Order: sequence, then C-alpha cells, then structure tokens
Amino acid sequence: MTINEREGHHPEEIRAVPLRHPGRWVATAVVLVLVAMLVHDMVTNPRFGWGIVGQYFLSSPILHGVGVTLELTVAAMALGIALGVALAIMRLSPNPILSGASWLYIWFFRGTPVFVQILFWYAISALQPTVGLGVPFGPEFVHALSNNLVTSFIAALLGLGLNEGAYYAEIVRAGILSVDHGQVEAAQSLGMRRAQLMRKIVLPQAMRVIVPPTGNETISMLKNTSLAVAAVVGELLYQTQNIIARTYETVPLYIMASLWYLALTTVLTIGQYYVERHYARGTSYALALTPFQRVRRNLSTLRRIPFATTSAEGR
Amino acid sequence: MAGPMVRAEAVHKRYGLLEVLKGITLEVAPREVMCLLGPSGSGKSTFLRCINHLERINSGRLYVDGTLVGYEERGGRLHELPEREVCRRRTEIGMVFQRFNLFPHMTALENAVAAPVLVKKEPRAVVTERARKLLDRVGLSGKIDAYPNQLSGGQQQRVAIARALAMEPKLMLFDEPTSALDPELVGEVLDVMRQLAEEGMTMIVVTHEIGFAREVGDTLVFMDEGVVVEAGAPREVIANPREERTKAFLSKVL
Ligand SMILES: Nc1ncnc2c1ncn2[C@@H]1O[C@H](COP(=O)(O)OP(=O)(O)O)[C@@H](O)[C@H]1O
Ligand SMILES: [Mg+2]
Repeated sequence: MTINEREGHHPEEIRAVPLRHPGRWVATAVVLVLVAMLVHDMVTNPRFGWGIVGQYFLSSPILHGVGVTLELTVAAMALGIALGVALAIMRLSPNPILSGASWLYIWFFRGTPVFVQILFWYAISALQPTVGLGVPFGPEFVHALSNNLVTSFIAALLGLGLNEGAYYAEIVRAGILSVDHGQVEAAQSLGMRRAQLMRKIVLPQAMRVIVPPTGNETISMLKNTSLAVAAVVGELLYQTQNIIARTYETVPLYIMASLWYLALTTVLTIGQYYVERHYARGTSYALALTPFQRVRRNLSTLRRIPFATTSAEGR
Repeated sequence: MAGPMVRAEAVHKRYGLLEVLKGITLEVAPREVMCLLGPSGSGKSTFLRCINHLERINSGRLYVDGTLVGYEERGGRLHELPEREVCRRRTEIGMVFQRFNLFPHMTALENAVAAPVLVKKEPRAVVTERARKLLDRVGLSGKIDAYPNQLSGGQQQRVAIARALAMEPKLMLFDEPTSALDPELVGEVLDVMRQLAEEGMTMIVVTHEIGFAREVGDTLVFMDEGVVVEAGAPREVIANPREERTKAFLSKVL
C-alpha cells in the first residue's frame, strides 16, 4: 500500500460539531444591551444636542482653532524631536559633562508636570515681554519686543516642546542602544567618524525602534496641546470654551471638540503605519497591519465568536 | 627597500586589571599573508583591533606602513591624534568580521558604496562602478540589489570583503571570517581570500582553517594568553611544532 492510497481515505474537509460557549453568549448579550441603552440615550436625550454639534463643527472659529492645534502639535513635536535626538546622543557621549547635562535635563523636565511648565513659561512671557539674543551675561545683540499673542504661543510651545524633548531623548536612546555594536565597529573600521556613523548607520536602524513610540508621542502631543488653553492660545479647546461662554451649550460643544481630536488622531494613526513600513526595509519582520486591515480583522473575529458555526466564512 | 607594513614592538593591552596582550612583537611585510592562530581568548581579536586603533594600547609601539598607530611622537612625547586623523588612517586598513556586520538597511551595492562616498568624498558614480566590479569579482554580480537578510552567510561575508576593498586599503585584517559559516559555505569565502592574496594584498588572517594557513599563508603565528608562542613558515610550524602549547592546540584543530 502506498502513502497516496492511504491519503484517499478521508479526502473531505473536517466539519466537526463546534464547541458551545454559553459564557460568551451571556457576555455578548450584556454588552449589546449596554450599547443599545447608550445609543438610545445619545439619540433621544436632548442634552447631547447633536444639532449644535453639527452647527459648530465647521464654524470658522473652530476651524481656526484646529489650525492652531495642528501648528502647535507640529512645532512642539519638531522641537521635542530635535532636542530628544541631541540629548540622547549627549547622554551616550563619553564626555561626562555632556552626558551629565543630558541626564539633569531629563530628570528635571520629566519630573515636573507639563501643565506647570506651560504656566511657568506663560508667567515668564508675561513678566518679560522682550526677548534678547546675545553673549551670555554679556551685551545683547538682538532685542525684540514680542507682542502678546506670539508670547503665549511660544510659552505653550516651550512648555510642550521642552517637556517632549526629555521623553523623546529616552526613546531615541533606547533606539540607539538597540543597534548591534558590531555595526558601530564596522562603520569605524571603514573610517567613519562618530557623527557620520550616527547619521548613516545607527540612527536609520534605530528608527525601527523609534518610530512606533513617536506615533504615540505625536498623538499624545495633539491632545496635550489642549493644555495650552492655560496660556491663552487660540487652539481648539480655547475656541470651544469661547463658544461655550457665549452659548452655555457645554455638553454638545465638548462632544464636538472630542470628535475633532478623534478625527485628527485617527489620521495620525494611519500616517504612522506608512512611516513604519518605510523603516522596515531590510528586515524580516512582518509589516504592521494597516488600520483598515485591523478593523476588518477585529470585525471578523467579532462575528466569529457568537456564531462559531460560520467561522469558515468569517474571513 | 620598503619597510614592514605592520610592526608591533612589545605591544601590551589591558582591560582593567586583565592583561590581554602581554608584549606582542612581530612584523608583516608588504604582500605578506600572516595567519594568526590560537585558542579562544588568547587576544587575537584584540590585537587586530589595536592595529586600526579600535582599541588603544597601554604600552609598546605599533606601526602601520611606518606610521605610529593612534599617536604622533613630538618632542619625545606621544600626542593623541584627533578623530579626523584616526579615521583617515583607518580608511587604509580594511577589516572583515566574524559576524559580517553588514549594514542591514542597505543593499549589497549600497554597503560597498557608502563609506568611500561619505568618508573619502569620492564621486558616487566612480565608487559605484568600482563596487560593481568588486561584487562581480567576489561572485555576486547577481545580488547587487539584495539586502543582507536575503543573502546566505557566505554571500554576506563576500559582500563584507567587497565593502572593505571598496575603500582601496593597503592592508586587510580578517577576524575569523569563516567561523560563523555553515561548513559548505566556508570554501567560497576562502577562495575569495586566496585570490586576494595572489593579487598581492597584505593580509593578517585570524583563522582556524589550518588548510588555508598552510597553502595561502606566508607566515604562521601561534598566540596563547597574550603572547606569541611560536612563529614561522606555516608548513614547518604545522608539521613540526616546537612548543608544547602549539602541539596541544594543533592536535585539537587538525
Ligand atoms: N572590551 C573588553 N572588555 C574586557 N575584556 C575584554 C574585552 N574584549 C576582550 N576582552 C577579553 O580579552 C581576552 C581576549 O579576547 P579576544 O581578543 O577576543 O580573544 P580571541 O579573539 O583570541 O578569542 C578575553 O579574555 C576577553 O574576555
Ligand atoms: Mg576573536
């Protein structure tokens, strides 16, 4: 008897009686009832004021606020990333003064609340409305009178960006440390200097470790820009509160602001995926799923759990 | 008459309290192939790393092509060289590692092109042309656009050799280039090295491949516990080792 003949005994696909999961049915029922109650309340309770949400969602002060929120996010992240890379490289430097200074910076800015930092810079900008550039302790070369609006934006930018630099430094440092030391040796043996091998060899490889938390940090930053309200920056939350002060429609307007934040973070999540793909070159790691694939996969598993018998069609 | 390519005079190297090199004295002539043998931990890698100043020596003198490694002697004192100068001198010395250490985010061609463009500021087109020829010479003309993780160990090591050669070095250091390879891939790497030796490259090769040392090596140096135990013509040393330690080691690897 050959192996082929033996294979012929059970050619049909297995269709076993699926195992029943009564616990899952109960849990599913509870969740569905809760969701139904929530949706019912959201639709019928007039306090949600969906009409008002729609009315202000695309109004010009809100759109302006969204613009300022985005500007502040981009500027503070840029500052944070530049600072973070510099601090991480300093921290790993053989020079004890440089690594000590970096350690001190991170210790200080991680150890104090961002909100307090923003208030602090705002207080400074209010106290000292001129900005000077010159020799430390010596004469100033450039002397500028900053108007009130610019200083409050810069106060928020400094508060958010300097704080971000401290966190980002640790992310970059972890990325640099994840690169095999053999890479550094190979680059050195080819005559590359420290700065060159950092830029061309180490950082590009560290990006694989750095990019995913950068996405998280950017999303965090986008939401944390709402703290800039304390420095009187005209971002999304400030504009929302302005409208609330006029109309007293508190709940609908906070819902509207939340929907804006949700929409913006969703866009960032999608962007993160494509950046990660770019830095996966030359690695054998499976590519991360796109957000769409993730949603589809979650839906299909959801469908599969209560109706286990149709699992074959679930994908 | 050209002087030696490498001259070591009583080179000592310590890591903390651990003395790894305890006075290495040897010479490598231009076009010579020196094979360095010795048990694990005897300081062979450390010695190679001292030659291109990846490690600094604690005492003694080390010269490459007549120039002191890592320092400059002025007014009877040694002065440390600036990073720029240390790096310039490393460009003249190629190094091949046991674990290849190819840059994983670059293709084979990019691996070979990167350093000459970045470090020696040569035009990219010129370097690319040279790198293509080198990859062709090591038998990888079909793998130019492959990333390291798409190559076998033997192919990766040949790319690593081409990458080092793209800098046009006058000395090549090999640190157990075949030790991380599956047995059937060792030959293809040794063939490339043999060819390089025939073309007159000066080479120091740390290896456990006795056959290669006997056929390609001009001299064989046996190191143990940080000292040179025995040196001579490879056939002599392998056939009639004089020292007990050499005999014991050879009986294990042969
Ligand atoms: N960076 C280092 N710090 C401390 N000890 C080291 C370092 N590198 C090598 N050593 C020690 O030096 C000795 C010689 O190492 P190595 O030169 O790698 O030997 P080999 O290449 O002959 O096997 C070993 O005992 C090793 O543990
Ligand atoms: Mg070694």
